[in-house]
Amino acid sequence: MDTLYAVFVDPFAQMIDMPDFFLQVLWEGFVAGVLYALIALGFVLIFKASGVFNFAQGIMVVFAGLTLVGLHEKGVPAWLALILAIAVMGVLALAVERLVMRPLVNQPDIILLMSTIGLTYFLVGFGEFVFGGEPKQMITRELGLPTGSTAIEIGENGLLILQHIDIAAAAIALLMVAGLGIFFNKTRIGRALRAVADDHQAALSVGISLNQIWVIVWFAAGIVALATGIMWGARSDVSFALEIIALKALPVLILGGFTSIPGAIVGGLIIGIGEKLGEIYWGPLVGGGIESWLAYMIALIFLLFRPQGLFGERIIERV
Amino acid sequence: MFYRESGQYKTTYESDQAIFPIREDRIGIAIIMAMALITPFIASEFILASIMIPFLILALGTIGLNVLTGYAGQLSLGTGAFMGAGAYACYKLATIFPDINIVVLILLSGVFSAGVGILFGLPSLRIKGLYLAVTTLAAQFFLEWCFIRIPWLYNYNASGAIEVPERRGFGDLILTGPSATATTRYYVVLAIVVVVTLVVKNLVRGRIGRQWMMIRDMDIAAELMGVRPLWAKLSAFAVSSYLAGVAGAMFVFFYLGAAEPSSFGISLSFQVLFMAILGGLGSLVGSFFGAAFIWILPIALRVGLPAVGVDVGAEIIFQIAQMAVGALIIFFLIAEPHGLARLWAIGKEKLRVWPFPYA
Amino acid sequence: MSMLKLTTAAFAVALAAGVALPAQAEDSVYIQLPTYRTGPYAGSGIPIANGMHDYLTMLNERDGGINGVKINVDECETGYDTQKGVECYEQAKAKGTLVFNPWSTGITLQVIPKASVDKIPVLSMAYGLSAASQGDVFPWVFNPPMTYWDGASGIIKYIGEQEGGLDKLKGKKIGYIFLDAGYGREAIPLLEDLSKEYGFEMLQYPVAGKEMQNQSSQWLNVRRDKPDYMVMWGWGAMSPTAVKEATKIRYPMDKFIGVWWSGGEDDARAGGAAAKGYKTLNFNSVGPDKPALQDIKKLVVDAGKSQVDPAKFGENLYNRGVMNAVIMAEAIRVAQDKSGKTVINSEDMRVGLENLSIDAARLEAIGLPEFFSPMQISCKDHSGHTKMYVQEWDGENWKQVSDWFEPMSDKVEPLLAAAAEEYKTSNAPWPARAEACAN
Repeated sequence: MDTLYAVFVDPFAQMIDMPDFFLQVLWEGFVAGVLYALIALGFVLIFKASGVFNFAQGIMVVFAGLTLVGLHEKGVPAWLALILAIAVMGVLALAVERLVMRPLVNQPDIILLMSTIGLTYFLVGFGEFVFGGEPKQMITRELGLPTGSTAIEIGENGLLILQHIDIAAAAIALLMVAGLGIFFNKTRIGRALRAVADDHQAALSVGISLNQIWVIVWFAAGIVALATGIMWGARSDVSFALEIIALKALPVLILGGFTSIPGAIVGGLIIGIGEKLGEIYWGPLVGGGIESWLAYMIALIFLLFRPQGLFGERIIERV
Repeated sequence: MFYRESGQYKTTYESDQAIFPIREDRIGIAIIMAMALITPFIASEFILASIMIPFLILALGTIGLNVLTGYAGQLSLGTGAFMGAGAYACYKLATIFPDINIVVLILLSGVFSAGVGILFGLPSLRIKGLYLAVTTLAAQFFLEWCFIRIPWLYNYNASGAIEVPERRGFGDLILTGPSATATTRYYVVLAIVVVVTLVVKNLVRGRIGRQWMMIRDMDIAAELMGVRPLWAKLSAFAVSSYLAGVAGAMFVFFYLGAAEPSSFGISLSFQVLFMAILGGLGSLVGSFFGAAFIWILPIALRVGLPAVGVDVGAEIIFQIAQMAVGALIIFFLIAEPHGLARLWAIGKEKLRVWPFPYA
Repeated sequence: MSMLKLTTAAFAVALAAGVALPAQAEDSVYIQLPTYRTGPYAGSGIPIANGMHDYLTMLNERDGGINGVKINVDECETGYDTQKGVECYEQAKAKGTLVFNPWSTGITLQVIPKASVDKIPVLSMAYGLSAASQGDVFPWVFNPPMTYWDGASGIIKYIGEQEGGLDKLKGKKIGYIFLDAGYGREAIPLLEDLSKEYGFEMLQYPVAGKEMQNQSSQWLNVRRDKPDYMVMWGWGAMSPTAVKEATKIRYPMDKFIGVWWSGGEDDARAGGAAAKGYKTLNFNSVGPDKPALQDIKKLVVDAGKSQVDPAKFGENLYNRGVMNAVIMAEAIRVAQDKSGKTVINSEDMRVGLENLSIDAARLEAIGLPEFFSPMQISCKDHSGHTKMYVQEWDGENWKQVSDWFEPMSDKVEPLLAAAAEEYKTSNAPWPARAEACAN
């Protein structure tokens, strides 16, 4: 009976008891979710266009952020460092397409996945080799991003603290999704991308260059990675520890579906808020720290019932 | 010339079904085994303790992953955690039954990791491919959490680490613990790895192994031909996690000497996965090649670069090794998706026709 | 085919190098420094590695080593990973290192049982197993100048002083946020003990190693529980993230006290101006002004023989690395003295560490006056339990805000003895001390 109470009643009682704290938890989960969603967005872009499950998206986030901060440390002004970082991501996209994707075309999914794991290893070594292994502070101020926080009073003594950088992160994520939506739906390249996503052969036969498309999606994913790297770097530090956190995007993808941009966003928010609520209100029952696997478990259970994800297409490999 | 099967007639079913039907192979294996046996007499303790022992243990872990990924076609990113399950099971068994020979306990501890493996293999009945890979990540992180949050597993040790107790066996030989010599540990590891590898070799070329490969190559066809996917997949998960568990137990008891939960982190899973890919998926001999390559490359760089006069910091070598491994993975996937095992086969093929390349 | 050749070549190189490892020059001693300049803990590992490396290099440059014996310094990258640490240990053993500094509590725990078998002293300066201070049980392990338990008791003592007496702690809530690994868990038994003794409530907030940069849940819990004080056992990327998160929830920074390992300048800097008031323990002085440090600057840093960023020269963790090297160098001197040899081996080194005594005059003599509190290691006491102080972040620099004070030795000592006994029984058969006391 006590267990039942602890699981089903007490957490909700706590939520009602401290509404400001509950809102804070929701907000923290929301912000984490936005960042998960941004990483997942990078995955989706590449998966849609090339069917490659890009495991390296997490390290691309770190690498992009590191390039930006590392260049600034070497004396490059912030705006130039930003442009150069974008350029580096472009070069990376070109290199990946030329050296990894093109030779591996038509290989099974698993081989492609493994090649991106190899890419992850390479980028970890390369990033540390060039910029050093120590965590670096994000150049938040120099980039003109807001710092500081606003506190909103709720009820008596209630306080909801909103970090400006988090608000900016949410806004930028929103802009990015909108931008990508317009890009996909309204531009020539966007239409070509969708054609490739639908059917490689048909796209080829109407004269769309697959190689070019791949460079573009990897580049787009690189820019998304840079934005994620800046945001997450501003919340903590830019360091290689981020790479593991970036793996959280995988359950997000399962929830949202591998090919759906809205799915990535909604999935990200569900995972972000879900794991925060779980950790804060139910975690203490089993000793805390459940955040490290809760997302994967949610995804696992979800998979058993709806393998195609919330917004995924129904053509799913099921047994 | 040196390697040819012509003239070797198989006159009985037995000789036709032998593991090594060709005489040259048998001689080769005998030579390799003899070399393995005399290694402790010619190699330094460093080579024995830091290269040979972990190499053999990780080769067994790689074989475990190969059963699942190479033979049954189910990608797993959770090998490290399954190795951990074996290690913790062995630690508990060793403290509960201090008088039983540690080798028996190690072989037994695999049973527990096999159970865990079956549990996390259940989703494979409904999903496959990339989706399954994500569920094995769930196993990885959940088990890691268990190693930290269930103090019973590490006997409520304040440090949260498991420390290998001293155990004797086979007379009064010290098998584990800090006083066990590298030579003793090496021979025990070698014996376990050789015996288990032989068993697995027979498994994969027998009925079960063929079922796994049918599932891998085309599951629907396999089902139509009477292979039960439930049984085939779960047995692959069980055997694979059993092997991983035994490897994990040996990793702690014969190599590390003590372990923290982070010893079985996702980086270990990736390390083993790379060994399997580089060695060649679906090949047992490849598992040994892959393990040797991935394990020795960083060490060779570390001691080799300064030896040839390249004087760079320790961390630079570390980073170069990491880049090299990543690049090699990609290179192998492009150039030779079947890994080192394929190169080995090509080599044998070449030897067969040598010195007449067009024979 | 070429890959096959490469593999063979790699084998050959490894084999050749493995055989050639023990070779070393006659008039030098070898010390391997396990370091981590990569990975999530590099932020703390780099200054430490630089400090150790630079002091030993300076001795070689300035004095030609110690009593004419050069110190061969070599780094081994562990990445704070226990598995890599064991590899480094094996390599150090093969090359005949005088002493092993794991720089990770996890690696320390791993090598403690091996040390007595391989006869290599383990120097874990103010980290590792607290109970290792009991020389009777752990003749090969040293943890000067203080153990974690001393540190934890010091923090409680300090909090007591702030509140106006230890009896005022009754009913208070003290939060403990720690890296969930051997390192962070080490202090828990003592804190639990003290919480019973003084009647404060101890709340635990573990941070998993791979979640170091994502501590918002832990700090949300802190916000809910509203502890009166927060104590931190953080390392690597954990400390700056924690400081930042604390400022985010507007936790009063002057009630937030870290152990000495969470006191890197970069750790506090991450919180920006809001981190003002953040406190940590310390046991070495901060700043580049001591004569010996100036020698390092002149002979090593300016000569381009160091990897340190000149702007970070003399920072807290850099000086901590120097201190670790000072302990090694002084122990070598004592060992040379005791053994009558100049080229000592690791067994002599153990004797040297066991008879190490660095008083104020000696510190003055080596050009580091008042660099740390005088320490005295003996057969029985492998730690010394010296003095510590509390420093506060003023937004730019660390400022000493307390006098040097002693840990609660009366509380800690019996617990250490009990813990050593417990270690002995749980690791039975633990070898009895075979080394004579050479005092």
